[in-house]
Amino acid sequence: MTGAAPVKTSSRLALAAFAALAATLALACGPEFFEIPIETPIQPKLDVSAFQRVLVAGFVAGGSDDIDANQETVRLLRSQLRTKSQLKVIDADIMSLIAIAQDQRKTAAGEDAPAPTGTPPASTGHGNSPPAAGADPRAQAQPMGLPPQIRDEKDLEPYERLFANVAYWKKIGEEYQNPLIVTGTVLFIPHSITGPVVRDQDVMDQLGRHRVVSTRVYVERKGFILAPKFVFIDGRTGATMYSERHREEILYNAQQNTPALSSYFELMDRIVPDFLSTLSSQKIKGTRVLLK
Amino acid sequence: MAHALLFFWYSGRDPFMTVRLATLFVLVASVAASPAAADARSDAKALVDFGISVAQKGLWREAIYRWEKAVETDPTYAAAYNDLAIAYEHEGQLVKARKAYEKALELEPNNSQIQQNFDLFKEINDRSSTGKDK
Repeated sequence: MTGAAPVKTSSRLALAAFAALAATLALACGPEFFEIPIETPIQPKLDVSAFQRVLVAGFVAGGSDDIDANQETVRLLRSQLRTKSQLKVIDADIMSLIAIAQDQRKTAAGEDAPAPTGTPPASTGHGNSPPAAGADPRAQAQPMGLPPQIRDEKDLEPYERLFANVAYWKKIGEEYQNPLIVTGTVLFIPHSITGPVVRDQDVMDQLGRHRVVSTRVYVERKGFILAPKFVFIDGRTGATMYSERHREEILYNAQQNTPALSSYFELMDRIVPDFLSTLSSQKIKGTRVLLK
Repeated sequence: MAHALLFFWYSGRDPFMTVRLATLFVLVASVAASPAAADARSDAKALVDFGISVAQKGLWREAIYRWEKAVETDPTYAAAYNDLAIAYEHEGQLVKARKAYEKALELEPNNSQIQQNFDLFKEINDRSSTGKDK
């Protein structure tokens, strides 16, 4: 029994010495990982080297009446392209594509009906001048009813034929000296849902103590959905080069009164980087961990 | 072979000695087998360390050169593949970056730092192909 104490002490000393040695070694070796900032270059999705200029023509827009989604989208994209791409942005009047599509439909319907004089309808500017040569036959031969007001995605569908009208876009291209044309559809619609949300509640128990209890409550939240489709058209040929769809939504408490325009810009902020990465290379900043 | 014979010769005599000899045998065998591997790892580690120091100064191409040498020297060194993947990513060589990350994770599937780097890489890389219609 008397010999046990020195053995214990010496083993403790050995353990302490070992721990100190390990700590010294760890310090001498330094950290095993290093955070480092990096910038990843992303190549553009579309080769636009053939173009010096870009025309953001206009959008078939619908949904909320609180904002003019066509005008806002054109203005925002033009300003982004001016600062973040190499292309020269053409300042032109914003095209009202809904009116143009409806004019084209009327013209197509007129062509389908037997013409008493045998002469084709006269061309009158952007809206009602779809030349027959080179146009997508489906775009002209099947005039569908175009809803004058666009409330949802179904209402947008008949307007999609406008982007397939190669001759029309070629004519627009010629007018602006063969730029890259950006157009498409934008749907900005109010949206509300009722669903469970976990909320912390301050309650007092029988002994008068405050406690925080998580409870699940059903609340109504309101917001907006923004669903644009960007169509990139070669102004030299009128053909669609590429198109992409996006969909973003935002929800607020029902009591919160957020202006529609603020929500629109908040949602577009999320979409614009992807839009830009179609046309120009982007550098995405981030952090990674280097290991030893 | 001589070690093994010595071990078996002694093992039947004294159980305490058997344990000691077994430990000794394992140590001697591993030390005898590992100098080449240890040399490769220590050479690769030196290259990795140097690569880190130049990458921190922004000399990413030099870092890539060092880390490519490191993975050549020791193809089982997951950290070297991880660092190489980061450098490729920074230089926009995304296909090479993906391959290097995948190799690093193949070597160390449970390394959370490599996994985190790879997840961040995929998030960025996948952006260029989202939402496409055609």
